[in-house]
Amino acid sequence: MSAAEQLQLSSELAQPLFSVRDLTRLYGPDKGCQGVSFDLYPGEVLGIVGESGSGKSTLLSLLSGRCLPDRGTVSYRDTAGHWLDLYSASEAQRRTLLRTEWGFVEQNPRDGLRMGVSAGANIGERLMAQGVRHYGELRAAGLDWLRQVEIDPARIDDLPRTFSGGMQQRLQIARNLVSSPRLIFMDEPTGGLDVSVQARLLDLLRGLVRELDLAVVIVTHDLAVARLLADRLMVMRRSRVVEAGLTDQILDDPQHPYSQLLVSSVLQP
Amino acid sequence: MNAQAQTQYATEVGYNFAYLDEQTKRMIRRGLLKAVAIPGYQVPFGGREMPLPYGWGTGGMQLTAAILGSEDVLKVIDQGADDTTNAVSIRRFFARTAGVRTTTRTPEATVIQTRHRIPETALHGGQIMVYQVPIPEPLRFIEPSETETRTMHALEDYGVMHVKLYEDIATFGHIATSYAYPVTVDKRYVMDPSPIPKFDNPKLHMSPALMLFGAGREKRLYAVPPYTQVVSLDFEDHPFEIQRWDECCAFCGSADSYLDELIVDDAGSKRFVCSDTDYCMQRRDLEEEGEQ
Repeated sequence: MSAAEQLQLSSELAQPLFSVRDLTRLYGPDKGCQGVSFDLYPGEVLGIVGESGSGKSTLLSLLSGRCLPDRGTVSYRDTAGHWLDLYSASEAQRRTLLRTEWGFVEQNPRDGLRMGVSAGANIGERLMAQGVRHYGELRAAGLDWLRQVEIDPARIDDLPRTFSGGMQQRLQIARNLVSSPRLIFMDEPTGGLDVSVQARLLDLLRGLVRELDLAVVIVTHDLAVARLLADRLMVMRRSRVVEAGLTDQILDDPQHPYSQLLVSSVLQP
Repeated sequence: MNAQAQTQYATEVGYNFAYLDEQTKRMIRRGLLKAVAIPGYQVPFGGREMPLPYGWGTGGMQLTAAILGSEDVLKVIDQGADDTTNAVSIRRFFARTAGVRTTTRTPEATVIQTRHRIPETALHGGQIMVYQVPIPEPLRFIEPSETETRTMHALEDYGVMHVKLYEDIATFGHIATSYAYPVTVDKRYVMDPSPIPKFDNPKLHMSPALMLFGAGREKRLYAVPPYTQVVSLDFEDHPFEIQRWDECCAFCGSADSYLDELIVDDAGSKRFVCSDTDYCMQRRDLEEEGEQ
């Protein structure tokens, strides 16, 4: 790598990819999320933890532009280096983002997959939306991604409903990653899976995130998931971020009483 | 009313010209103007009850009623044939309520209401095709929500259309969709050309005739104006193809028309005949003239 390229890369990494300021959406007093600000850098994994109803999922839908905030801004720096204000962008721009440079992994794979069409079509859909009109290429991408998420490529023509829960979740991840996104939102990707499948999925995710240099916002209530994947953590409670910092720092030395409660309530086998 | 119609059927009294009242026809014409202005765009309209069940061509009949003038000559085809029940009763319906002349010959007709086929005889300028459409929304099979499909049309978000074609190739090895084959109209809207076989899709492209589509149950109408680009969707390595037959028509010997397969005896032997009866008749008449 030449010095110029290196310089370009380091300046690329030194700039945030995603910037959130004072994001607020309230359904009632302290219901929803309020006053959230953070920067996300390329390749960084941000975990959002907190109890049920603390506003994690609301925050995630705000970040991905699925619902509009009461106030606050979200800006995203695209591949060309331009900053895009998510909420003043047109719906067409938001949709394009969501199926090209972004990905969204739903908690329930049935929400994120098209259950009526084969695994290969699920993987190819984003490419087709981007204008790939070559069946051979779509097929090759499908086989390649099934292999990468450790699903037998022979099952490319099977419907997702014939897959197990863990396979469906991996298929959903493949479907999102096929367009080589830079930013992925995940809503409890391991929820509803049994422990051994969870472990394999996490292992796979960790590998892919490192390999593809993905920035990830992951919502979870499972601290083990957070510790394994996340570089930084935000702890949410009653619509507010009560503590934010490096994952190890928060998990090993929690400052806020709620974080302390959260950490101490993990079962130790 | 002209004398010829009177000789065919007595024009019914007590009905407005072409059954629908003038306000309704005006409303449909306004919708049609919009549809022609935006080729392939589905315009909602206030569909009326017609004296036949949904699915039998109520959408097409309302459009025909709205555009019909007393000088028009009407042809109605069903599955390509002029003599099937639906074609006969719709033709008689307009002969009785509007007193217009009817015909089975494609070149003579000014308005052709059709189900499933575009005539084999090339259309000419000034003719209007009216299609009866069951499901006007090409995205419906993959997206059940109407608000979502409308947004997809508005944003030209048509990636999912190819998902269906992909599934065909993955399952059957080729694009097996043989009717209602989706097309892009004027490089913008994806449109369902009603249940015509894909054999007829190329006839939509740059046609000199005006094409109107009406869906009675769904209350939508859309249009392809004359000389508009209509391109069937496909893949680079699986290009769009029309049906082909090894046989010729058993009556007229045509090798390039759309053929119906007929089982002629209990042993299962079969013959192929033109689905367009008028075209077949014309060819046979020509042959007889040649023999004499």
